[in-house]
Amino acid sequence: MSANKGLLQEIKEYNWKFTMTPARKVLFLLAGLGVVCMIFRLAVGLGMTTNLSDKWPWGLWIGFDVLTGVALAGGGYGTAIIVHVLHRGKYHAIARSAMLTSLLGYILVMAGLFMDIGQWFNFWRPFVSWGHASVLFEVFWCVSCYTTVQVLEFGEVVTEKVGTKYHAMFKKALPVLMIIGIIFPTLHQSSLGALYLIMVDKLYPLWWSPYLGLLFLMSSFFVGPAMICVETALAGRAFKHEVPIHVLRGLVRISGVFMILYLGLKFFDLVNRGVFNLIFKGNLEGNLFLLEVVLGVMIPIFIAFSGYSNTRKGLITFGVLVSGGLIFNRMNVVFTGMSAAIGGWYFPSIMEWAVSIGLVAIGALVYCFAAENFNVLDHHEEHHHNATA
Amino acid sequence: MSKGVLVDITRCMGCKACQVACKQWNDLPSSNPAFKDGLTSPPDMDGYTYTTVQIEVIEKDNDYTMRSGKRQCMHCLHPACASACFAKALQRDPKTGAVVYYPHLCVGCRYCMLACPFDIPKYEWDKQFPLIAKCQFCFDPNGKYDRLGHGLGPACVDTCPTGALKFGERDELLKEAWQRINRDPKYIKKVMGEKEAGGTSWLYISDVPFENFSFRPNLGTRPLPEYSHDFLKWTPVIAVGWGTLLTALYHYTKRREKIAAEKDKNVHM
Repeated sequence: MSANKGLLQEIKEYNWKFTMTPARKVLFLLAGLGVVCMIFRLAVGLGMTTNLSDKWPWGLWIGFDVLTGVALAGGGYGTAIIVHVLHRGKYHAIARSAMLTSLLGYILVMAGLFMDIGQWFNFWRPFVSWGHASVLFEVFWCVSCYTTVQVLEFGEVVTEKVGTKYHAMFKKALPVLMIIGIIFPTLHQSSLGALYLIMVDKLYPLWWSPYLGLLFLMSSFFVGPAMICVETALAGRAFKHEVPIHVLRGLVRISGVFMILYLGLKFFDLVNRGVFNLIFKGNLEGNLFLLEVVLGVMIPIFIAFSGYSNTRKGLITFGVLVSGGLIFNRMNVVFTGMSAAIGGWYFPSIMEWAVSIGLVAIGALVYCFAAENFNVLDHHEEHHHNATA
Repeated sequence: MSKGVLVDITRCMGCKACQVACKQWNDLPSSNPAFKDGLTSPPDMDGYTYTTVQIEVIEKDNDYTMRSGKRQCMHCLHPACASACFAKALQRDPKTGAVVYYPHLCVGCRYCMLACPFDIPKYEWDKQFPLIAKCQFCFDPNGKYDRLGHGLGPACVDTCPTGALKFGERDELLKEAWQRINRDPKYIKKVMGEKEAGGTSWLYISDVPFENFSFRPNLGTRPLPEYSHDFLKWTPVIAVGWGTLLTALYHYTKRREKIAAEKDKNVHM
């Protein structure tokens, strides 16, 4: 492709691909439904469209779209550390797809947040009115900056195909972007947990912890490989692209080490605060906590270090358990852990579900589009071949 | 010297005149009365109600008795809501101690509602562009609803016919609260708001447990903004330290890889 051609001309002439399949038609339907609900919500406000109330000011959109979405997108920065900072070449095969998922995750998080805020035309306010004593201020700045950084990072992938004359520039900036793109998530993954520090009188002691920030950060790091396992299993089927087992297993074991550290910190903290016995109290909180830790952390650790992680089935089980466990953890913080203190009842309305599901569907469709048009799944750089272990 | 109000539960007769005065002074819309198994109406504060008098039937000395207590924003000395707001839409006025809401700065994230240990901020859920609603201590920097700025007490206190509400300097009210408690054995030996959440401008004394009026039983005494600060103070250290470490690792591992490639052998790390 000629580098002298105008960018618009190049975009126009590029041979864009998008295959229609029955699954994608369903996704389009869900995405369309979600968009309609979003427009309706922006037009009429929150009271008519959600089941939120004065007792439950935060619901599905914050709990799932934001808190869980950001954590599940944590695979992006985790992979960036492993591949681009530590230069562990064998993991290069999954780097781009993990980072694309992360980018899409963050865009959806921002969309979810935008849906949730009442004065949405005022969203830019914290950029100029600095409430720097708020943990949310750190979350807001870091998430905004990190999304921008991720768009630029993905620019390197896009300009391989379209806008090729800018490719060299993006490639040059990549190492700097990568390092900035790791600092931001380290800060906001932890600060998402730290949002709940101030709710010390409300959040149940099994989940409230002075180390809440660190626990959120660690879990967002170890869920990365789990998401990659799930995602490569799905993409492998759709795009006939299999990631070698030893690559995934290596990641899963890194994840396992961090899960052991996480579990250790969690139990140390519970004993330290003298609330360890609450786990076995037999109440709703205790039982759900037990379920979360056993299914989402302990069993996966066992899988990671047993021979089971040498099979595709084992890797997928690991992926599903850890991702599910993390979703469960965030839901426990937002709902289970708060319910005794704030009382009342909350269950998301149909529109809240429709928007959340619609956003995920949009993400899946954009992922498919990007995977078909750019080098996302099959990507090896020459100098990494000889570094493959 | 910051202002305060002393609420004496034993002197309140539950007439709700304060509730009406609040609505009138602040131009808040009225609604059809709604009760929650009892005489409290509306059942709780909401997007258009800054204060409610909670009327409760309480078991005391093998008998039933009725007590009422006015609830509204406590105007904390270290307000959790103001520290939680990432757009500075809630700020404590240092002169009066009033915690004031600035609607034009509000993004509508509702973090203040969750951060408040007294569950005070409410939301205008039915509006297209809803705002937070909470007692402003009749202090208004723009002047329209201002009373404190003119040296007047809040509308509710001025209306109270029994002296259950008393406006003044917080220090003096605290002294008076303990005088009343020490003079009369019926009082519980505690001033709600003296130390809770780091201290509040509104102070309560009572002869029945404060939990009857929806105060959390497990309220701590440490100012809540400190919890956030203990976390946020690490931000610059982590940003700089982590950034430096990553840059160093980047160059180190890259160089190692290059040397390994030159020697044409595999790298095991």
